[in-house]
Amino acid sequence: MIIDHPLLGPRDAAEFVYLGDASLIDRPDWQAPDAMEKFHAYGYLRDNPAGEHQELWYHEQGDRSWLVVTRDTVTHTITKVELARDVARGKTKARGRGK
Amino acid sequence: MTQVNRLPGGLVDRSEEVKFQFNDKWMRGYPGDTLASALMANGQLLVGRSFKYHRPRGVFTAGSEEPNALVQLRRRAEQEPNTRATMIELFEGLYATSQNHRGSLEFDLLAINDFFAPFLSAGFYYKTFMWPKAFWEKLYEPIIRSAAGLGRLSMKEDPDSYDKGFLHCDLLVIGAGPAGLAAALTAGRSGARVILADEDFRPGGRLNAETLELGGMAGHAWAEEAVKELAEMDNVRLMSRTTVYGAYDHGIYGVLERCTDHLRDSNGKPRQILWRIYSKRAVLAAGATERPIAFGNNDRPGILLAGAMRAYANRYAVAPGKQIAVFTNNDDGWRTAADLYAKGVEITTVVDSRDKPALLNIPGARHFGGQAVMDTVGRAGMKSIQLTNGQVIPCDGLAVSGGWNPNVHLTCHQRGRPEWREDLCAFVPGSDLPPGMVVAGAANGAMTLAAALSEGAVKASAQLEDLGIKPKGGEMPQAEDEPRDCAAFWHVKQSKNRAWVDLQNDVTVKDVKLANTEGFRSVELLKRYTTMGMATDQGKTSNIAGLAILAEEAGKTIPEVGTTIFRPPYTPVPLGALAGRARGKDFRPYRLTPSHKWTEENGASFVTVGNWLRAEWYTQPGEKGWRDSVDREVLQTRKSVGICDVTTLGKIDIQGKDAGAFLDMVYANTFSTLKVGRVRYGLMLREDGICYDDGTTARMGEDHYVMTTTTANAVLVFRRMEFVRQCLCPDMDVHLISTTDGWAQFAVAGPKSRDLLRKVIDRDHDISNDAFPFMACGHVTVCGGTPARLFRISFSGELAFEIAVPARYGNSMMAVLNEAGKEFDAVPYGTEALGVMRIEKGHCTGNELNGQTTAHNIGLGKMVSQKKACIGNVLSQRPEMIREDAVRLVGFRPVDRSRKLIAGSHFITKGDTASMANDQGWMTSVAYSPNLGYSIGLGFLKEGQNRMGEIVRAVSPIHNTEMEVEVVSPHFIDPEGERLRG
Repeated sequence: MIIDHPLLGPRDAAEFVYLGDASLIDRPDWQAPDAMEKFHAYGYLRDNPAGEHQELWYHEQGDRSWLVVTRDTVTHTITKVELARDVARGKTKARGRGK
Repeated sequence: MTQVNRLPGGLVDRSEEVKFQFNDKWMRGYPGDTLASALMANGQLLVGRSFKYHRPRGVFTAGSEEPNALVQLRRRAEQEPNTRATMIELFEGLYATSQNHRGSLEFDLLAINDFFAPFLSAGFYYKTFMWPKAFWEKLYEPIIRSAAGLGRLSMKEDPDSYDKGFLHCDLLVIGAGPAGLAAALTAGRSGARVILADEDFRPGGRLNAETLELGGMAGHAWAEEAVKELAEMDNVRLMSRTTVYGAYDHGIYGVLERCTDHLRDSNGKPRQILWRIYSKRAVLAAGATERPIAFGNNDRPGILLAGAMRAYANRYAVAPGKQIAVFTNNDDGWRTAADLYAKGVEITTVVDSRDKPALLNIPGARHFGGQAVMDTVGRAGMKSIQLTNGQVIPCDGLAVSGGWNPNVHLTCHQRGRPEWREDLCAFVPGSDLPPGMVVAGAANGAMTLAAALSEGAVKASAQLEDLGIKPKGGEMPQAEDEPRDCAAFWHVKQSKNRAWVDLQNDVTVKDVKLANTEGFRSVELLKRYTTMGMATDQGKTSNIAGLAILAEEAGKTIPEVGTTIFRPPYTPVPLGALAGRARGKDFRPYRLTPSHKWTEENGASFVTVGNWLRAEWYTQPGEKGWRDSVDREVLQTRKSVGICDVTTLGKIDIQGKDAGAFLDMVYANTFSTLKVGRVRYGLMLREDGICYDDGTTARMGEDHYVMTTTTANAVLVFRRMEFVRQCLCPDMDVHLISTTDGWAQFAVAGPKSRDLLRKVIDRDHDISNDAFPFMACGHVTVCGGTPARLFRISFSGELAFEIAVPARYGNSMMAVLNEAGKEFDAVPYGTEALGVMRIEKGHCTGNELNGQTTAHNIGLGKMVSQKKACIGNVLSQRPEMIREDAVRLVGFRPVDRSRKLIAGSHFITKGDTASMANDQGWMTSVAYSPNLGYSIGLGFLKEGQNRMGEIVRAVSPIHNTEMEVEVVSPHFIDPEGERLRG
């Protein structure tokens, strides 16, 4: 596979390490009243879609960026690649606005 | 032997002769021959024995689809089994032997299997060797193993080297037949970066095997011109002897180039190269493969596919006999008759399953329309054929054509499904091709020369336009649309004798019918039950006939039955090529510590830790075994001072205003409160609350921390910290860099360690206990100004320091420390002594932090802060993980002090039976303590903290031993920690 790195351009998948579902970015609040349940779901419950999937890849043999890759698990078509840090920042901002 | 079957003409070079050996008989051929054509020229039609029945077999095809002519190539360590004689280029001194027979090829003792054929039907093994169960391992399997299989491995190390490489192109053209050449010419002339790959050593594909003309030239001559033109283009890479074996994601193709297989010696060059080609677009022009018709005894040497027999006559100038019969269900088979006749071979008969007039006039040949070949007579060769009308016709060769199958394999590698085309009686590529791929020529069902040429050019042009390259020069010369009519005809129903569908796996029509009768009606089940389509040829010639017969039996159409899924590789890829240079010592990269040279010169034995080679122990003269060395190193360190290279521990440099807050998130305990110039032990958890890694982290400055990790987890911890930084704490001002390789670090441990270091560290640095107490850290200089970092930390439990210098000074530093230590009788020590001392002190390593244990288990439950966000603290508080009666880390010593503890033993309370139900925990680490004079251990015991002094049983069913052990504190040495604070 080839991953189109947002900073470095197309790179072979062999340079990356796969982690899994990008929902790992959405770490629950440790002080929430139901933190135990939320962390349990965060740690153990994953969707396993046959189709579009957002997942985390780490460019270990490259610039050490964590990426959020949107990939079709059936065809391996990659439709979007973002810096995970940008995605995570977007989420904190969105949460900030929500408050 | 002389070349009795050689014909005039052909594309072989008659100016010189090549001598070669087959089964130790010397024979002659010409450059341009394959081993198959040279054997045929020498009248050697029998080349091997079949897999199951050990039937005599000969060459059946002229390409990589060959099911029969598998031979062992070369000798000794170079020996390579199961090579296809049809793909081996002849070279001077070539040595090949036939395989799969006991005794000689001519008198194979296992040919007796053929007489037992009625008992050896599909599923024979499954049905026969079921019981008694005990017989399987001792009797059945050894017999079957020795009888089965094809070639034999030399069991010696392969002396050749194999490489891997990467290539990039705009357009990859797969196959250099007419369609492929047309595509490559068009793309090359348009300026695109082109790779043209072809498995043959002579590009041209069927143009080399046919007598067809292009623009008034012989086909092979036009191909030669085209190749010459392509070779002169800088933007084109021509790769012959190169098979594109797999179509992978995003335009990546797996490719095997056979660089020196055609030479007698590799001469130090790589034998093969496994390429990974990154293409923007691809044209698949893989051509088509002819298929046989099944009839009685259709497997004799001398029976060839019609197209193959034509290739042997036209390209290699050989024929398998003097009197040839042709059996066809299509127009193409007639060309074999015509071409062989033109070469002066007598054509006795053309049998056409279609009841229509003769397509061509072949003088001397009788034509039988609407008839079929029912049976053949002969043993190691052909004598005659019998037709369905009862007529017997003498002949010594038979050409069979059942039509042509487009080579759709690569179109299916991403689960594309081929589609049935009734007019061709064949599957053609479906619409769901791998992205970026188009198919041209016979592979796409464009079966005539004119169609192949134009499709190659047109498809390539479309691909170029897609890439924004203006196509030019796509005009191809005039060629004919030769007649290609074909009528489905799979097997001869009137045949009474066994009719082979799959020659390589000895699968007959009867076997396919039996599979259907017994309920194995899915094509995938048929394959697994009968083995049809397995092994080296993957059923290239047999699959379609097999599923046509299955369809007929099941009363379905062929498209309803469907095909099995084609997967890479298209043809076999040697394991040597897949391994490349990654074998033996180079299987994985290995890393050397900065002091490796000094360590090696001073008698160290090495052990692999992670990827590192670390000193295990240093052998002194007179020491008889490793224990002598390790005991000495431990005793001398505790008595005076020892030195150990600890560079391999991971080092991570953490800087930024939020460095402290970041570490609070990563570690279970708190680091933001650590004072500058101090070090703290840190424990990391996984998000599920299990222990992950531990180490020490030093605060070198207000915004600067230096972390150490365990050797094994250095990469993983760094990866996870980047995850936390980028994904969980994206707004923190913190940066990380791995400095594991940047600093050489040495532990200097023992009561004399300070005295030793005072000789090395420049005088203006005060390292007295007051100025530099336990858990202090700071910048110093050594040897007159060399920058260094000093940490007062101890893994051994002694007064100890770790000193780090830039890695390039590492080897000198090791020498300097040992030289300075001479007056104290300092010893260098290895990982074994390190391990003994940490067990004596009760420190955890990977044996204890094994991915199953919690902070609570190792007695550090209170370290897990509940006052801050950190990885793992929430789930670490799950009730099951903080049970009072959970296992706890404690120490053990044998009641009988002379006994040796065994790691992995399980603890059983005295009086209980040794069963899983009564399991009380397990021993994680053991060592002989030279300080105590007996074996000691660490382990996890249920409620261990409350059981000090209790005697339990340590049981090891694996070693079949058990012994009584006493539960003690895990701190065997200096439990109050006075030494390390001294």
